[in-house]
Amino acid sequence: MPPPLPLPRQLQKLGQPRINRAPSPFIALVTPWLLVMLGSLCPLMPLIASAPIVPPFGFLLLIGWQQLRPGLFPVWAGLPLGLFDDLYSGQPFGSAVLLWSVTMIALDVIEARFPWRGFWLNWLAAAGFIAAYLILSLLLSNLGGGHARLLILGPQLIVSVLTYPLAARLVGLFDRFRLVPLKAV
Amino acid sequence: MAPPGNRRPGYSRRAQYGTFFGYVVAVIGAGLGVLLLVVSTGNASAFAGLRATADDAVAPAGRASAATRNGTRSFFDVVTGYFTAGFRTARLEQEVSEARVRLAEADAVRDENRRLKALLSLVEAEPKPVTTARLISSTSTSTRRFATLGAGANQGVAVGMPLRSPLGLVGRVLEVGSNTARVLLITDSESVVPVRRATDGVPAYATGHSDGSLQIRLITLGINPLKKGDAFVTSGAGGLYRPNIAVAVVSEVTRDGAIARPLSDPGSTDFVAVDPQWEQAPAPDVAAAAPGL
Repeated sequence: MPPPLPLPRQLQKLGQPRINRAPSPFIALVTPWLLVMLGSLCPLMPLIASAPIVPPFGFLLLIGWQQLRPGLFPVWAGLPLGLFDDLYSGQPFGSAVLLWSVTMIALDVIEARFPWRGFWLNWLAAAGFIAAYLILSLLLSNLGGGHARLLILGPQLIVSVLTYPLAARLVGLFDRFRLVPLKAV
Repeated sequence: MAPPGNRRPGYSRRAQYGTFFGYVVAVIGAGLGVLLLVVSTGNASAFAGLRATADDAVAPAGRASAATRNGTRSFFDVVTGYFTAGFRTARLEQEVSEARVRLAEADAVRDENRRLKALLSLVEAEPKPVTTARLISSTSTSTRRFATLGAGANQGVAVGMPLRSPLGLVGRVLEVGSNTARVLLITDSESVVPVRRATDGVPAYATGHSDGSLQIRLITLGINPLKKGDAFVTSGAGGLYRPNIAVAVVSEVTRDGAIARPLSDPGSTDFVAVDPQWEQAPAPDVAAAAPGL
């Protein structure tokens, strides 16, 4: 992973008295889930798209968390997060539940098989996951009644793969926010 | 990233079972996904209530973001306007001089129309829109083209009502929540709009391509009469859409039809009007006739 971003000054001040302080367990636990759910809400962005062009931010952030902090999400996290994503994504209901659950299991296998990875290997793995996710999503939505051709995924795939490092950076920033020592011990 | 030390949780039976059941639940989750998929592909409106509730919950954020969309668009328009002012003034002046002539002709035609209709004692009923609202979100990550409308059952919106912008047809209401409604845009690959050529009424179907264009399929086979620039309007066949709403303009002629560009880009419209249903078909028939409902 790239080196973590420095925190904004306000946040650095927030945890200034560091002696006798510990991160708030509530924030540490809830932040990753909230961030991924916020990513799933990206259809609410001020954009009415006439073609699929916006990267699936919820999925990108899920991979980002899983690569930065393996084991932070339980392996079954794909079930609740996918359910939430399905509410807004417009895919047939259940497509994200299935694909995100399988992704979590596959990421866990990769983590066990290749524990030492650098930035490029992470990006490559993420690109593979994103491509598989977009293609399978298209097939599942065609199963539910669409007739979209595979070619229309091209722009979205490129944008998503190029956005992934940014999503990983965002995850890094929020990971530091998550562990700001706030609570007096 | 270094592997964390907690992959094998030691000799604690409780921790071992915890890890094991984590995997069991993950696999169950995947199975549940398959189950939900089977249910939702068999009956696409199976989770409509759930989705409508979820859309209602985030509708305020969507409304704010829709307002932002219009704000930023006008900002960019202003900036680009400075750069293109010269050409556009020249072009507009030319268009205005042409349009004056057309307007005079159109006045004459309208007058004649009125006289003829009076002769036939036809009553022209322009339906009053049920409501006007903003499109507050769209499924920009999925290959399906749905949008969420900022008005729902409380505003009188019902399933099957067509949506149009001042420029043309936008789509049709699929699912209704209390303050939001899910809209099938005409560019979705499930949407089929019966259309005819505006000039001579060549009948055709317009299906979406999911990439912002429409496929025009001619009903009568034979020599393809379409040309680039032909305008298509709704024909009113099937009873879903009122006739003579503008739909699309042909941008590319293919062997058995054409590829057309929809006239109303939902991304650049501020408000859309929800029309009442054209023919009062009983609700189950609408659901059965419209694929993907």
